[in-house]
Amino acid sequence: MALEVRFTKQLRSFTLAPDFSCDAEPLAVLGPSGAGKSMTLRCIAGLERPDEGSIRLNGKTLFDSKAGINVPARQRGVGLLFQNYALFPHLTVIENVAFGAQHMPRGEREARARKQIADVHLEGLEHRLPRELSGGEQQRAALARALAIEPQALLLDEPLSALDTYLRSKIEQQLITTLGQFRKPALYVTHNIEEAYRISAKLVVLAKGKVVANGVRDEVFRDPPNLEVALLTGLKNFSRAHPANAGSIEALDWKCVLHSASTRQGNAAYVGIRAHHIGFAFEKSERSATNRFPCWLVRVSETPFHATLYLHLHEPPQIEGHYHLQAEVTKEQWSGFRNQPQPWFAILPPEALLVLSE
Amino acid sequence: MAADLSPIWLSIETSITATVITFALGTALAVWRANKHGAGPALLDGIFLLPLVLPPTVVGFILLLIFGRNGPLGRLLLHFGASVVFSWPATVIAAAVVSFPLMYLSVRASLEQVDANLLQAARTLGATEWRVFRHVALPLAWPGILAGTILAFARALGEFGATLMLAGSIPGKTETIPIAIYFAVEANEMRQAIFWSAIDIAISLAMIICMYYWTQLQGSAQMRVRRG
Repeated sequence: MALEVRFTKQLRSFTLAPDFSCDAEPLAVLGPSGAGKSMTLRCIAGLERPDEGSIRLNGKTLFDSKAGINVPARQRGVGLLFQNYALFPHLTVIENVAFGAQHMPRGEREARARKQIADVHLEGLEHRLPRELSGGEQQRAALARALAIEPQALLLDEPLSALDTYLRSKIEQQLITTLGQFRKPALYVTHNIEEAYRISAKLVVLAKGKVVANGVRDEVFRDPPNLEVALLTGLKNFSRAHPANAGSIEALDWKCVLHSASTRQGNAAYVGIRAHHIGFAFEKSERSATNRFPCWLVRVSETPFHATLYLHLHEPPQIEGHYHLQAEVTKEQWSGFRNQPQPWFAILPPEALLVLSE
Repeated sequence: MAADLSPIWLSIETSITATVITFALGTALAVWRANKHGAGPALLDGIFLLPLVLPPTVVGFILLLIFGRNGPLGRLLLHFGASVVFSWPATVIAAAVVSFPLMYLSVRASLEQVDANLLQAARTLGATEWRVFRHVALPLAWPGILAGTILAFARALGEFGATLMLAGSIPGKTETIPIAIYFAVEANEMRQAIFWSAIDIAISLAMIICMYYWTQLQGSAQMRVRRG
């Protein structure tokens, strides 16, 4: 069972050219707004027509420009969960869910809709109108409606983006459960890095319409091939770089030479480090670590459980607000060393450095 | 007081018949137009809306040219031994042509306001285009269509210029209320004119109130059913 997507479509400012496949488990599609994620889903669902290429689902051709095949949306058997849910406002929950089962006898249709509603825990709300539901309930009703047609593939377009953070993690857990039981190709589109990571073990990263990374999510996060993917997976610190002596890289923006454990130094164009990988030391005499540089605190930004420290390397900042690195530490760590005299020492562990090609 | 009440019945019959015609034609053409793009349909739009901007006398005159003895349709009808000019059907034609743009515009506007995502959601759920229209687009556009129907009816009821040109003023046959008012004033029968005007206002008000309550009633009935 697989969904194979490979097409091009000219959009206003770039060419959308997704090229990936998805088997019987969820695949997260990560990308910034405007990367063509929604358009990709709309093409797969048959709501938009690609210019060229093909879309296949379980060996059945849904679209093929060469063969002149373009199966209409209503015959594709692809469930699409819209970003704003697109529930029919004039129909009740049960009427919405049963909408796709018009061909069935009335009794069976209603029984099935009730089962779908129970599966998403909306019992008792069958006769409510969408506007009488909360955001989370609307999302689940839309999910039940998409699943009620027993789709061969499920496409979810930023399913959590319309919910407030309070509800989000609970709904997300239910969604992961539902997706786990689906056992058919499912695409989960999001611009949220952490959401993409939690939803699926496999990841496609889309930027300006093209697949820039595709693989097992841990590998994509641990060793992004280039700066674009690194930034899309949440990299905060990077510097232009070029290879120096064996085993080291010169970081031009950070004005230092870094030891690196990477095997890719030869074509290093950038070097980066994730904000939570930066370590700290406070005594000059402290056991010398590799990649240890004096730093001054420029400013700090606190959230309830974390602090983001903006740091200037080598000397106190000359220009107001200028910084080289941002480091993320827990509140406990922060309160432990906030009163230490400066300079502090930032440690950029060699194994945590991301060596990135152009 | 007026002994002959025929203008009332004539006006109502004419307006209802004209509204039925514009409803069917206006809705059909608006639906057709909603799925068409390009210069051709845009030009047609101009023709559809012309009766709204032209003076009714011009509309009446054009209709007279078309349906007259030497007009293309007039000749065709004459061939079958029928003549439209100065007959009751002429009042209906005049009222329908003049009220058509209001119906057409309202339906188009209310169809365009339906969220395209909803129509597409219906398609992904396996609905045919007819079902998408019948069960999603139409119910959601319905309030606007209804408003258009009221406007079209009101316009048909008040039609004067084109009717006078095409149908004349034959008591009991083509003399609708607005025409009766005009000739009453011309003959300086002010009480008569006031009487007809009052009737006209009463019909219009009753119509609007009925429509208003009907939509309210329908809305709350739906809610009651749904709340079980």
